[in-house]
Amino acid sequence: MEFFRSSNIDWLGKKWYFLGFSLIFSVAGVFSMLLWHGVPRGVDFKGGTRITVEFASAPHEDHIRAALSAAGLSSAGVQRISGANGKAANDVEIALPETSDAAHDAGRAQVENALQANYHDSTFTVQQVDIVGPTAGKQLTRQAGFAVLYSLIGMLIYLWFRFELIYGVAAVVAVFHDTLITVGAFSLTNQEITLTVIAAILTLVGYSMNDTIVVFDRIRENLALSRRETLSSVVNRSINQTLSRTVLTSGLTFLTVLCLYLFGGEVLHGFSFALVIGILIGTYSSIAVAAPMLVAYQDWRQARGKRVSLPAAKGAR
Amino acid sequence: MGKNLGTRLAIIIGVLLVFAYGIVGIPHGGLKQSIADRIHLGLDLQGGIHLVLKVHVTEAVNAETDRDVQRLNTELATYTATATKPNAADAADSEKSSQQGFDVAKANMIQIAGGSANQQSDIRGVLNGQEYANYDVNSTGSGYTMVLKQQAIRDTESRTLDVSIETIRERIDKLGTLEPVVEKYGLGDDQILLELPGVFDPAKVEQIIETTPKLAIHEVIGNPYPDPTQALAAIGGVLPPDEEIVTGGNGMGGPDQSWVLKRASVVEGTDFRDAQPSTDENGRPDIRFSLTTDAGERFYKYTSSNVGNAMAVVLDNRVREVATINSAIRDDGQITGGFTQEQAESLSQALRSGSIPATITQIETRVVGPSLGSQSIHDGVMASVIGMLVVMVFMLVYYKGAGINADLALMLNLLILLGFMGYTHSTLTLPGIAGVILTIGMGVDSNVLIFERIREELRSGKNSAAALQDGFNHAWITIVDTHVTTVVSAGILFLFGTGPVKGFAVTLTLGLLANIFTAVFVSRTIFDWLLSKKERGAALSI
Repeated sequence: MEFFRSSNIDWLGKKWYFLGFSLIFSVAGVFSMLLWHGVPRGVDFKGGTRITVEFASAPHEDHIRAALSAAGLSSAGVQRISGANGKAANDVEIALPETSDAAHDAGRAQVENALQANYHDSTFTVQQVDIVGPTAGKQLTRQAGFAVLYSLIGMLIYLWFRFELIYGVAAVVAVFHDTLITVGAFSLTNQEITLTVIAAILTLVGYSMNDTIVVFDRIRENLALSRRETLSSVVNRSINQTLSRTVLTSGLTFLTVLCLYLFGGEVLHGFSFALVIGILIGTYSSIAVAAPMLVAYQDWRQARGKRVSLPAAKGAR
Repeated sequence: MGKNLGTRLAIIIGVLLVFAYGIVGIPHGGLKQSIADRIHLGLDLQGGIHLVLKVHVTEAVNAETDRDVQRLNTELATYTATATKPNAADAADSEKSSQQGFDVAKANMIQIAGGSANQQSDIRGVLNGQEYANYDVNSTGSGYTMVLKQQAIRDTESRTLDVSIETIRERIDKLGTLEPVVEKYGLGDDQILLELPGVFDPAKVEQIIETTPKLAIHEVIGNPYPDPTQALAAIGGVLPPDEEIVTGGNGMGGPDQSWVLKRASVVEGTDFRDAQPSTDENGRPDIRFSLTTDAGERFYKYTSSNVGNAMAVVLDNRVREVATINSAIRDDGQITGGFTQEQAESLSQALRSGSIPATITQIETRVVGPSLGSQSIHDGVMASVIGMLVVMVFMLVYYKGAGINADLALMLNLLILLGFMGYTHSTLTLPGIAGVILTIGMGVDSNVLIFERIREELRSGKNSAAALQDGFNHAWITIVDTHVTTVVSAGILFLFGTGPVKGFAVTLTLGLLANIFTAVFVSRTIFDWLLSKKERGAALSI
């Protein structure tokens, strides 16, 4: 069985479509981040208290709200969670805004007492509690930012060392593009970004980089073999040669991540959502962003009358 | 190739056995139990409480300078010079002192004023004494300032953190929590990570941390007042920097009263060597304590020169007892604080297990309920199994014979990953399971890369052996590059991540490293073995 025996698609000819597609999604995401939902930060970064309560029977959200208001907790957000596969679950998430480090655990105790005293529909158990004080919230936000930044820098240096700076820059731009669109997707769908989502984004950075490197490796190899061919034709050929692998691997990884999204349970929902989006975009960006950037860079150098020097020999064995 | 094929098969079988042992060991008492003994579940799968605590270490530094101020005042009394801390109130305010940019050195500055002109060199001599070697002494014209050296501040802070960790660990051990984690945390020097598996009530944790008694004995100035406002009014509306107003009862019952106390304590927390619950002559519960030799010496000096004066026992910023000093006391004493029997017992137990020299607050709390953890394991394993089956079936359909090869490599990959976790006693978390799933998806990538390349080489007319050779060689470079980049991002995740996320970085990295072995070495060996059994020039099932 074989899907792409001899594909011969002119990928670079479609670069304007790609650019348009990337722009639409990036700009939509950025607009949502700036003007609509912002970047929906979870309790990990924003600080505050989040309590997941499981009720013995289907919970009545209005009753929960009333129970909380009666205890003076009218600022609490109450949200019913749907279970895996859209199955109805009796879980409700109650969120309280950040307080001082001094009143750390007070919110949780108040919520539990309020439900105990004022909610009479059914019994309940507390499934999960996350309380993040102002100090920790700031610290976690800083850590997450540094982690993403350092991994991008790490990749850039590795690619610089293994290929050439321009390869590294193209790959990092592509990965940044993926990160932007993924975060944009969280903003558009108003899903909260938590610590595990950041982990997913870092994984996606690695994955998208993987995909780009496979194409780059082939470009380097082909450049070393055929010096007379134009760069765009080499890039096209390299993408086509690796297309079968790209589609297969992405398809398989996508399937496993989809399993995680569907069966992996509520806790990993944000994580697998980021990967589902990220793998699609990461695969797309290797073909549609990173490779065309190499060609664009060379065209730009040529237009300025400089030596055309997309290096091929370095590192190719 | 044929010759060393046997060696390579032996290596593979050896690796298989070694890692299988890593997962289950020599099974006894059931397979499930053996696995559970070796692979530890993270807090998010096991259920329990994860806490990040902040120790207000500045308080300990502040207490140290307070003690030095007191000692200085005793020594400088002959020169009618006095030592004060101009910023004492700010430093005592732990919220303020924990803010960024707050100048600790400024809060720990001591000013010395007074003394006649010809006494100045003697005063300077006192300040330059061995006891004050931790201070930088400067002349200001009208007197001196002493500022605690940065190194001394850091030493005190890190000692405070260490003592806090040690004390918390002792207390948790007494509770009998299994496998707790108590360690330094984060980039700061004042945070503690605390993980308590099987504990689900945050209020209980609060008890461990907050019933930490801060016991100290202070000198009392003047009579009690009905409330803090009147106490302040009585001393002229302005609280001197070396005094404080503390409210509480005097151990006899009745309404609360307020006392003006010397801010620096005579003895405190770490000075107590032992404490036992007891009863006083009237049969009321009290606590008998003994002090360390060093503190006993200090206490003796103080009590002998203050017979007839009052001293206050302050517990967690509340006066518990005010007693008149009848005679000099060296290292044994008792506190009658209007305790119940139970309070007396828990307090003396807490005093015995060591006091924490500074306030501790929670800055991050996460509780995973008992059922959520097992639900997560169920979901995670379910997703892994389904994901793995989907991938394996696909590989069989798409690559036929070579699909078996890839599937074997995949299973061995998982085996090595879990075996390695067993050996290193790594912790498996829910994101860690996600890492396993991703390893399946990304691990199969190496096989796809190789197989596609082999197909390409076959298409260009090479025979099976040559196509295998070239396919593996070409794909190898790419595999190294792709693995390095992923391991880099996982490594950074490990450095910056916390708890569960770290578990994800661990499984992903181990899985990918194992993948290099399985996808390249094992797959190659299987191919070579197949070829060796076939006729020369026979087609490869791929």
